[in-house]
Amino acid sequence: MTTMTYEQAMEEFDPVFGIEVHVELNTRTKMFCGCANEFGAEPNTQVCPVCLGLPGAMPVTNEKAVESAVRLGLALGCSIRESSRFARKNYFYPDLAKDYQISQYDEPTCYEGSLDVVLDDGTVVEIGIERAHIEEDAGKNTHVGGTGGIQGADYSLVDYNRGGVPLVEIVTKPITGMGARTAEVARAYVATIRDYVRALGISDGRMEQGSVRADVNLSLRPKPAAGESQDDVPFGKRSETKNVNSLRAIERAVHYEAARQASLLLAGKPVVQETRHWHEDTLSTTPGRSKEEAEDYRYFPEPDLLPVEPARAWVEELRGTIPEHPAKMRARLQEEWGFADLEMRDVVAADALSLIAETIAAGTTAQAARKWWMGELSRVANDREVALAALPVTPAAVAELQGLIDSGKINDKLARQALEGVLAGEGSPAEVVAARGLEVVSDDSALEKAVDDALAAQPDVLAKIQDGKVQAAGAIVGAVMKATRGQADAGRVREIILQRAGVEG
Amino acid sequence: MTTTDWTRATAARMADALAAGEVTSVELTQAHLDRIGQIDGPVHAFLHIDAEGALATARAVDEDRAAGKELPRLAGVPIAVKDVLVTQGLPTTAGSRILEGWMPPYDATVTRKIREARMPILGKTNMDEFAMGSSTEHSGYGPTRNPWDLDRIPGGSGGGSAAALAAFEAPLAIGSDTGGSIRQPASVTGTVGVKPTYGGVSRFGAIALASSLDQLGPCGRTVMDTALLHEVMGGHDVNDATSLPEPVPGCVDAALVGARMDLTGVRIGVVKELSGVDGGFQDGVKQRFDESLERLRGMGAEVVEVSCPSFEYALAAYYVILPSEASSNLAKFDSVRFGLRVEKDTVEKTMLATRAEGFGDEVKRRIILGTYALSAGYYDAYYGSAQKVRTLVQRDFAAAFEQCDVLVSPTTPTTPFKIGERVDDPMAMYLNDIATIPANLAGIPGMSLPAGLAPEDGLPAGFQILAPAHEDARLYRIGAALEASLTADWGGPLTAQAPEVTA
Repeated sequence: MTTMTYEQAMEEFDPVFGIEVHVELNTRTKMFCGCANEFGAEPNTQVCPVCLGLPGAMPVTNEKAVESAVRLGLALGCSIRESSRFARKNYFYPDLAKDYQISQYDEPTCYEGSLDVVLDDGTVVEIGIERAHIEEDAGKNTHVGGTGGIQGADYSLVDYNRGGVPLVEIVTKPITGMGARTAEVARAYVATIRDYVRALGISDGRMEQGSVRADVNLSLRPKPAAGESQDDVPFGKRSETKNVNSLRAIERAVHYEAARQASLLLAGKPVVQETRHWHEDTLSTTPGRSKEEAEDYRYFPEPDLLPVEPARAWVEELRGTIPEHPAKMRARLQEEWGFADLEMRDVVAADALSLIAETIAAGTTAQAARKWWMGELSRVANDREVALAALPVTPAAVAELQGLIDSGKINDKLARQALEGVLAGEGSPAEVVAARGLEVVSDDSALEKAVDDALAAQPDVLAKIQDGKVQAAGAIVGAVMKATRGQADAGRVREIILQRAGVEG
Repeated sequence: MTTTDWTRATAARMADALAAGEVTSVELTQAHLDRIGQIDGPVHAFLHIDAEGALATARAVDEDRAAGKELPRLAGVPIAVKDVLVTQGLPTTAGSRILEGWMPPYDATVTRKIREARMPILGKTNMDEFAMGSSTEHSGYGPTRNPWDLDRIPGGSGGGSAAALAAFEAPLAIGSDTGGSIRQPASVTGTVGVKPTYGGVSRFGAIALASSLDQLGPCGRTVMDTALLHEVMGGHDVNDATSLPEPVPGCVDAALVGARMDLTGVRIGVVKELSGVDGGFQDGVKQRFDESLERLRGMGAEVVEVSCPSFEYALAAYYVILPSEASSNLAKFDSVRFGLRVEKDTVEKTMLATRAEGFGDEVKRRIILGTYALSAGYYDAYYGSAQKVRTLVQRDFAAAFEQCDVLVSPTTPTTPFKIGERVDDPMAMYLNDIATIPANLAGIPGMSLPAGLAPEDGLPAGFQILAPAHEDARLYRIGAALEASLTADWGGPLTAQAPEVTA
């Protein structure tokens, strides 16, 4: 049905889009009760009368979740409302225990902000933030039989573990003027949110587990006629594509929707304002509920809760805890560390940024830190199929290891053995070196004896060196290293050989 | 040796007798269970009786007392609990068929406090379905009858609790008051009931009708008994975000002070709009009110008239706010997790069929009203306007309380009417609560206590006292003073004059 490509659509039309991102907060407990907020437990084991919506149960606001929401709002440059009431959003659905969701409606805690998004080529785009509000998640339905949807299922199972998990929903203002870069901007925006919530430490930001989920609103409008400005052209009818749960999918969903809508418009058919669902298998969207027959949520202020009223002084205190914008921090660090673009991209992809920063902070050079984390440690992490951060080695230990090399106590080869010991839990690098006896032999008398023994075993070598064939010393160095099980300082061995031969290196 | 009929005693007397070893909790509890067995058939105050559980609590209290352990004041005194409160291990239905057989897996905060006070729970009392009604005729399990006249209503929604007190089936009971559901039943059964300041008693575990109006409260046959129970129930609760942070007001001390019958310096305001001057109040009700006012004046109180012009709109605002909140609160009864399920081929049809079958007419009426009032395009005209009226009512009270310490009125316009008389006329039913509703809209505390029997029909008339928020103690002082004056003439509580219920 789509007869156009994304690129063609962008030539014909001006795209307008907006994104709603739901961030699941990583608070210890749920939004309105004391149940554990953890992903992956047995179904319906993290529930209580409150999050099951049993008769008589009442919600109590999780203050930690409010703190996370306020910090996120501050990171997004939002104003923080002095008093915001929760509201009830009423609709019937089996996964919604109370058949209403506690959310914020006309009084979001965070409003009117903006977020800079840095594109791959360094272009910075400012995205207007309309609001970031606090709400609770619903449970999870699993439809068994049929096509896996609710229609035609044999039966459905509901897991309320997710019901009541704290969410912040971030809503952008309409984003215009991005043209063909729309998909890239959409992707980069969500990536920035994901990076920021991780940097803030308020969410694990795992899109694959649904802890960051995006809904993409997109519409197309004609390009302006001659003498007219694009701003004079009214917005077209939009679609809202729900639950686009990976960065790649966001880009693809924008491509698909733009092409689909352009195809309709060019064929003289209307775009229906509706909710659509993204399908990862077919890389396409299908219609859900039409907005025209959309439910009336009958919002009204939640009478069971007091308003959220963050004290001014507390907000200012929290402002001091907001980390630097992730993309801007990356740019600054790349400059400071002197990494090439490709090197930096690998570091980011490996999630090694903070590990490297901490290793540098512990007293080593940027290149040495990168060498360890992106080299040997990445290899080990890859073998063990774990994240770098999950390896049993601290940035401080890595810095210590490098320090041992720099001071000449060990060489690169010994350092790898020492690291092996650290990863095996044998202690700090210094402890492993001591316990395993890995320190390089720097005692000259021992080295001199080893050199003399090697020269005696290969009497012709000395003559060759004296004839000017200095490279012949390599054979003796090798023999000495072998005799000292690699613990000799090769440079010093060479010096001794040349001394014995009576020539200067 | 004469046998004492312990069911006729006050809760305070029972507590003293238990402490003095005159009687055991098992004896007290059994006496009430026997009484329930004899007369609850016709009265139908109880939906569920827990003889075994009540006696187990009683036995444990008796053992601890014998062992010399320190016990709470009301330990061993039995109590009846309105079925709106969830009770772990005891069925809880809120008077609705949709919850028939539901066994709550947890205790309400007030249930927990009653258990901690070591009071044997006799059972769960009947009520209008989800507390919607003023007669208990809207119970899904049949009406409760007024012990004064079994053909008449015991008030509602807490008719079961009030009837249990008036019929001597329990000395104390828990009620809930959204628009008068404690005070109006107290009024028409000749008993005492208090709606505390909003937030004064935790709502956690009370099945919600209208969250911004609901308040649990104590019911008894005397002001002192009610004060004793109030202090057991009240106080801050971390599980109820709207519960007040301050400790329970000194209700018992205030009742003791009041019983001295000295009201010198107390200013009592008569609300013009609720005094029956405009008609609509039964003559005998008005007469008993005026006589009570005279008694208060006689004890040194100054009586002033105040006007609360916005009260005219209170009933209308109430019947927008209540159904709106109720329509949302009752959405959870969808068959998915608990209660009735009428199985159909899709989840939507199952939900619809369950709610169609499980809810009664009055509940459906209010859900429809509330759903409509909250709908897009109507919200401002209905819910928004009603909230403005609410603010006006609060301002009227604030202005009135600048002129006086408490406000008074008849609790209800009439003595109890006949069962069936108004069940098909919702407006007539709603008008019952004209004098009680403003307190809920403003969140202030109110008490109803007996003012006597209306001469024309010999049925109880109630006297209502309202105090500013947080000043619940004033109700007990004024109430105890009036009660002391009246009972001195009556020779005992009004309920002693009730005819014997015959099965």
